[in-house]
Amino acid sequence: MTEPAAVFEHVDKWFGQLHVLQDINLSVGRGERIVICGPFGSGKSTLIRCLNGLEPHQRGRIVVNGIELTDDRRAVDRIRRQVGMVFQQFNLFPHLTVLENCTLAPMAVRKLPRAEAEQLAMDYLARVRIPDKAHSYPGQLSGGQQQRVAIARALCMQPEIMLFDEPTSALDPEMIKEVLDVMVELAGSGMTMLCVTHEMGFAREVADRIVFMDGGRIVEDTATAAFFEAPQTERARQFLGQILAH
Amino acid sequence: MAMPRQSTPLAWLRANLFSSPLNTLLTLLGLWLLWLVVPPLLQWAWLAADFVGTSRADCRSGGACWVFVREHLPQFLYGFYPAGERWRVNLGIGLLLVLALPLLVPRLRQFRRGWVLALLAYPFVAGWLFYGGLGLPVVPTARWGGLFLTLVIAGSGMAAALPLGILLALGRRSELPVVRAVCTVFIELWRGVPLITVLFMASVMLPLFMPAGVSLDKLLRALIGVAMFAGAYMAEVIRGGLQGVPAGQVEAARALGLSYWQQMRLVVLPQALTMVIPGIVNVFIALFKDTSLVLIIGLFDLLGIVQAAVTSPDWLGFTREGYLFAAAVFWVICYGMSRISRRLERRLDTTADRQQEMA
Repeated sequence: MTEPAAVFEHVDKWFGQLHVLQDINLSVGRGERIVICGPFGSGKSTLIRCLNGLEPHQRGRIVVNGIELTDDRRAVDRIRRQVGMVFQQFNLFPHLTVLENCTLAPMAVRKLPRAEAEQLAMDYLARVRIPDKAHSYPGQLSGGQQQRVAIARALCMQPEIMLFDEPTSALDPEMIKEVLDVMVELAGSGMTMLCVTHEMGFAREVADRIVFMDGGRIVEDTATAAFFEAPQTERARQFLGQILAH
Repeated sequence: MAMPRQSTPLAWLRANLFSSPLNTLLTLLGLWLLWLVVPPLLQWAWLAADFVGTSRADCRSGGACWVFVREHLPQFLYGFYPAGERWRVNLGIGLLLVLALPLLVPRLRQFRRGWVLALLAYPFVAGWLFYGGLGLPVVPTARWGGLFLTLVIAGSGMAAALPLGILLALGRRSELPVVRAVCTVFIELWRGVPLITVLFMASVMLPLFMPAGVSLDKLLRALIGVAMFAGAYMAEVIRGGLQGVPAGQVEAARALGLSYWQQMRLVVLPQALTMVIPGIVNVFIALFKDTSLVLIIGLFDLLGIVQAAVTSPDWLGFTREGYLFAAAVFWVICYGMSRISRRLERRLDTTADRQQEMA
């Protein structure tokens, strides 16, 4: 067994007095697809935001690809190069075209020449099925299109791990599928993925494991089929009952 | 609010000027006021004015005497800059106008890198042209004046205020307490003092603190004072823009692995500065007009030199013409800046309706 892609060991985090992550232990294997779910305020977004240092943790160890996440700027930078992230609100750069959004980091961080970065960007834009919008601005795209561009932008850094922070929560229902289709395809390519999402259909289809959180703790961490058929805790049963009811 | 589209002039008048008794009354009142003001002004400034001649003896029609302005024009434009060297001023200003072209013509964007280099080199080239040395005869700054001096003070003030303001605004939002404190104190100090006081300090107080034998040029001291003053104002305008950039933008940039300066340069500042173009131009316009305050430390900008001319013994009594001319020049330049800013705003707007506007 090779070294895991990411490991959380006894991680604690506070927002002021609020204990938002409590003794988190999680190991993410290479190529593993994990869906993190749980009720609002359970700490699931905070968990993945800690993995690339967007939020600092106060106690415990987070190791990504063998690099420990510390206050050391260089360690953080190295980790961020290997971890792509997709946000709920897309966060595309509105002053840049779709193509420029995708080439920005490869050129600035990885120092790729423009031609090479553009080639790479066009490849990924084709993979998210939006190459014809390369010269549009984000403001001219629909929410679903923007989110697909955001996925392409993250992939252009050729990360080892992809984080998805509720990628479909801000989308109109008819656009959710186009984004999920891209994510399913990405999962099929062997990418290591951590997804915070309420899309249980997606979870059932692609996830190897489900991590269920509540009140800042990991309440359940089980194989997908087992989670949906027989959740071990009452809290998870309740949650599933609510979310699958409609 | 239904606006008749492309209707007859009569319908337009009715809809816009005579739509109700009150509007009719206001329209008539406005017309009456215009009738009171415009014809006499026209009579004075144009119909009954003198345009030709060389001395005050040629002012005899009783209207405005534009001979006064014509005779003093070189002085108003260049101050006491030697006539034989004025081409240097023209060349310097001309270069600046060429450099401003890319702001107006989007297609020149591909030469961006060269343009930035040229902008960085410009102050040195202009300084050499205007002051001299290295083969050019030296023209001491005491002989600079008129519109040229106004442009030098305002231009260098703007050129320094923008980068200074950006750094101060970033510093004030820094996570490092020392940087934040230094920037905050700097901004509040300079903003809390009237420009007149700054200029007095620069011309009277500063030399007291300088080591013996070291003296900074009076103009240079004023330039530094003006730049600091405008920089503090600019910082607050830019800070407003920085606050308008959603936190998600920085997060996305961080997640992509961009360093702090890359995040600012590539993601945050382009958006923040675009948002506050009106505010930036506002500071520029205020700065341009405030340059006339340098009169009190003995520098003769456009307004100063006009004032000197209207009080000179052989041309006494042409105050109105002089001030009107100065006002017109100030207005034309300020309005021009305002137009450029509107144009830039429209061009940098990347939202969906941009396509329509361009079409």
